[in-house]
Amino acid sequence: MDALFGNVLNLQWQQVVMWAIGALLIYLAIKKGMEPSLLLPIGFGTILVNLPLSGAVTQVYESGTEEGILDVLFNAGIANELFPLLLFIGIGAMIDFTPLLSNPKLMIFGAAAQFGIFFTLCVASLLGFDIKNAASIAIIAAADGPTSIFVANFFQSDYIGAIVVVAYSYMALVPIIQPPVIRLITTKKERLIRMKYAERSVSKVTKILFPIFITAVAGIFAPRSVALIGFLMFGNLIRECGVLDALSDTAQKALANLVTLMLGITVATKMQAESFLNPVTLMILALGLVGFVFDTVGGVMIAKLYNLFAKEKINPMIGAAGISAFPMSSRVINKMGLEEDNQNFLLMHAVGVNVSGQIASVIAGGMILALFAS
Amino acid sequence: MNFETFLPILVNSLQGWMGVFIVTLIIIALVYLFNFLFSGRE
Repeated sequence: MDALFGNVLNLQWQQVVMWAIGALLIYLAIKKGMEPSLLLPIGFGTILVNLPLSGAVTQVYESGTEEGILDVLFNAGIANELFPLLLFIGIGAMIDFTPLLSNPKLMIFGAAAQFGIFFTLCVASLLGFDIKNAASIAIIAAADGPTSIFVANFFQSDYIGAIVVVAYSYMALVPIIQPPVIRLITTKKERLIRMKYAERSVSKVTKILFPIFITAVAGIFAPRSVALIGFLMFGNLIRECGVLDALSDTAQKALANLVTLMLGITVATKMQAESFLNPVTLMILALGLVGFVFDTVGGVMIAKLYNLFAKEKINPMIGAAGISAFPMSSRVINKMGLEEDNQNFLLMHAVGVNVSGQIASVIAGGMILALFAS
Repeated sequence: MNFETFLPILVNSLQGWMGVFIVTLIIIALVYLFNFLFSGRE
């Protein structure tokens, strides 16, 4: 009987709390539709790794060490940054950059909305985090899961589990976080600004050259970002080249789904009670929110600044879409525009800013690595 | 954390944000160039 029930005595209350957190993540994924492809595997994995003496993670016994399969997967796919990079091929193949290429100046708002990353880095440092953990926490504000995993893992952050969960949770909460911030810093008159959308054709040559040149430029200025941006753009090149439809289809569906499946459950290895249940996790939660709020502020304020000098005014709300979190943020901005004026369709402008935010967040990740890794 | 320790972090952060702008401006210039060179050649 001892062999059957002995393990019950190994159960700690902290593990039970983690089961509740795992169950909450599963609930949010299924019932609320919050990033289900990531939060559900993470939620289930959280329960899996917090069972007493779980065989899914490495355990040290008197007789020796038994390596758990999730640790094997972590070392094979996340510790060496493989999974986030493979996922980026799929994401690159999914993104249509045409709205951005037809109105390139929108890219500036993608850069502006990375403000939250650098602001959060300063705040985290002031709160006493060492620079590598501060940089890892700040990258939550990239609003881009693979970039967060890549950077936090590069710095070997102690809080990678919390960082990933917070990043994906806030990405799902963009429709709740952004609207009040945008309303606070814009006037009704600004929110009513209509923007014409004149669809300009973009040549196929431009669509093909774009991913190649972006990789080259980003690689020269932020060489550590070249793997991230390169894999993202490789996926996009497969999509746009026109001769690799089958590969593009595989990257968008099979590859992205398979890696997402592995990524979620593997990240859960860092959701063990001893490393997750501490006051720092609450601080990371608060800092992540600071990052998302100041990303939004950065994007909107630069759009307002642009309006001071531009003949043709833009609706400053579209600046907020530079937060990345594609395509959620552009939908939020479009909805807000329609709430103010039911004939004000901002979707295509917001999508342009949103995809530029995707690129800018990767570049920002590269800048963080370049400036703080040494 | 004292100011002397924080200052380089602040400077590097500003440099990082500026870096994102600089790379973005180069990309914008390239896209305008591509659009100019290749529009209407389909």
